[in-house]
Amino acid sequence: MSMLDIILDIGFFAAAIRLAVPLLLGTLSELVAERSGVLNLGIEGMMLAGALAGFATAHVTGSLWLGVLAALILGALIGLLMALLVVILRLDQTVAGLGVTMATTGLVFFSYRLGFGESATPPAITPFSTIPLPLLSDIPYIGPVLFNQYALTYITYLLVPALAFFLFRTPAGLALRTVGENPKAAAGVGIDPIKVRILALMAAGALAGLAGAYLNLAAFGSFTFGIISGRGWICLALVVLGRWKPFACAGAALLFGAVDAFQLRLQTSGSVDLPYQLFLALPYVATLIVVIVNTRFAAAPAALMEPYDPEKR
Amino acid sequence: MADDTPLLTLTGITKRFGEVVANRDVDFALRPGEVVGLLGENGAGKTTLMNIAFGLYRPDAGTIAVAGRPAVIGSTADAIALGIGMVHQHTHVVARHSVLENLMAGLAGRYGLIDHTAALARLAEIAAAYGLGLDPDRLVGDLAIGEKQRLDIIRALFRKARVLILDEPTSVLTPQETEGLFSAIKALKTDGVGVVYISHKLNEVRAITDRVVVMRRGAVVADAVNDGTLTNAGLAVLMCGHEPERITRTPHQTGAARLELAGLRLGRGTRPIDLKVQGGEIVGIAGVSGNGQVRFAEAIAGVTSPAAGTIRIDGKAVNAASPRRMQEAGLAYIPEDRLGAGLVGTLPVSDNMVLSRFGASPFAHFGWLDRKAMAAFAERQITDYDIRPPDAKLPIGLLSGGNQQKAIVARELALKPKVLIIAQPTRGLDVTAIAFVHRELMRLRAEGCAILLISDDLDEIFQLSDRIAVMYESAIVCAMAVEQATVAGIGLAMNGGAVEAPA
Repeated sequence: MSMLDIILDIGFFAAAIRLAVPLLLGTLSELVAERSGVLNLGIEGMMLAGALAGFATAHVTGSLWLGVLAALILGALIGLLMALLVVILRLDQTVAGLGVTMATTGLVFFSYRLGFGESATPPAITPFSTIPLPLLSDIPYIGPVLFNQYALTYITYLLVPALAFFLFRTPAGLALRTVGENPKAAAGVGIDPIKVRILALMAAGALAGLAGAYLNLAAFGSFTFGIISGRGWICLALVVLGRWKPFACAGAALLFGAVDAFQLRLQTSGSVDLPYQLFLALPYVATLIVVIVNTRFAAAPAALMEPYDPEKR
Repeated sequence: MADDTPLLTLTGITKRFGEVVANRDVDFALRPGEVVGLLGENGAGKTTLMNIAFGLYRPDAGTIAVAGRPAVIGSTADAIALGIGMVHQHTHVVARHSVLENLMAGLAGRYGLIDHTAALARLAEIAAAYGLGLDPDRLVGDLAIGEKQRLDIIRALFRKARVLILDEPTSVLTPQETEGLFSAIKALKTDGVGVVYISHKLNEVRAITDRVVVMRRGAVVADAVNDGTLTNAGLAVLMCGHEPERITRTPHQTGAARLELAGLRLGRGTRPIDLKVQGGEIVGIAGVSGNGQVRFAEAIAGVTSPAAGTIRIDGKAVNAASPRRMQEAGLAYIPEDRLGAGLVGTLPVSDNMVLSRFGASPFAHFGWLDRKAMAAFAERQITDYDIRPPDAKLPIGLLSGGNQQKAIVARELALKPKVLIIAQPTRGLDVTAIAFVHRELMRLRAEGCAILLISDDLDEIFQLSDRIAVMYESAIVCAMAVEQATVAGIGLAMNGGAVEAPA
């Protein structure tokens, strides 16, 4: 199989989308947080917690959708914890975010052991199956790629324009962007920056939880400790790559997903004789290169990482 | 219209910040169609009082009534809902959003959507009624300072403000922009809007206000109708409690040229600058801000390199020099952006005092800082220059603007400079601090220093300068002795007009 064959294969694009969706959800999560002025380094932990909440709930209740709900709720609660640390207590966002990730990671591993014990064959659930959309999935080539996917994937498709519409067409979205650019200016026009940031972090937490839950409810069907394996950190880069804009972020996630799918296929094709670690590094190298080229024109929200203190003049 | 119920009534307002009493039992009222000037030195409590009315601070005691009804103002949202708008000294705008986005932030939309059509209509309405227009699609970061302030005013009117608080609105405006602001205020008056006008500029306050309230140390000391009998001197006495010192210039013999600029170009394509400043001479550089004054000062001080030309100090060429080399050549530079370019706000006063020379004796030995020497030096300067509060360990950013400027002046003058470049020396300072800075400049002049004074304030230029030069589009368009200069002539040159006097 040559490299060209890999790219021309329909299965390649379908895989690219499957790999991109959790990253896209995470990237939208980070986008919401950063647009409000908070760098959410808790995202990796939130995704992991969402993955466990989704899996455990689905395992116990037998309902995948209850699992989705549990992931959303737990994510939002961790978002609230993050807000308590960085918005209310105004702690350093880097330290607080890493702390949230480490604390939730530890708690998740502990809870999993407590609930499922240690067994040679990890418990599994039957994940979502793909739903071909009528008519749309019959379109040659793009039909099977885009419209023979999981329900969660379709929801993610809709989230991108919905978030763009929210940010740029609604008063609440303008309030969010204003707080992220200049919380003092926001306060001066009657917006409460603290309230906006708390809500933004809760929404970001819910989205991150969903991103994590997607991985085992749709993709893997089981929970492993390495299920997130740095995907949250990748989302941080993808937000920069996507210049804090929903559609560009979707493009960034798709690009990463495509390169990831490409390297997976390249590894198994056996046409290139190199250590597999080099293939694994490919998406990260590609992201780095694009970030270097792209971010010279990008600008982060002006008040990113800047705590808002109403008493300070 | 005939209703004379005050729009805003503050009664018995007291506000403490720790030990400091910022407002002490203050009564204040504003009636419809009235412009009230709120005067006082820095720290007199004017801005604190208005921040309370705008919901930024909660008073420790006292009551607020809006349009005769008792009101609790717990947040800016409350104040805005009650029809109170405030334009701060430093505008709070979002640089990367458009004018329209800045105007609409915080407003409820229609059917959950941003209502562009209604906003554009309201913007046109305000432009027509008060002459306050702005292109809604422009990026706010591209606006000039005066335009940003206009945006702030439009934003308050957008929310149907009946009370408009302006905190030192003209400190960054050109004379033309000030006139535009005044005509807008007059239009607002006829509409029944009440305006609180906080300012240090006594001429402006006397020109635009109906009534003047003077505050000193947190309390109201005078409340007088502006019936044409108020004088600058009288107001100044009320503000600082004593006759302020007015520094006057007495002609004296100047020495040889100490600073010589020949063919200095600030950028490619700008005209060359030739200028000499003699020992014991103050040359005032007038000009509308943004005409290259900052680049000019920085080029001479060695912060940036000029595109071409030579700089001589006492006849010795010091080209392509760094700030340190210029300092060693005898030049001191006091930039207009004190906290941005002159001081490190988070460092204590003592460190800031030696910021330009902590690397060598007497403040360092063999690469080690001599903390004792630094502290001793700072203590001496604090006493000599009466810097308050007298605490060398305090981060300098916590000092008032006047005391920060005293600290920079103390630091730079300790170098016994041959040449001093000082930009906007009294911007934002109160009467007492201004007198202090002016006195120091006069002392330095008497000692034979060559002084280049860059200022937007024409009064200051005329008061202190031996010669006046006008900067326009990054070049000196004319220079003349102060005795030959007229305010009208200099004003014309500042706007690019022809000047008859010999250059």
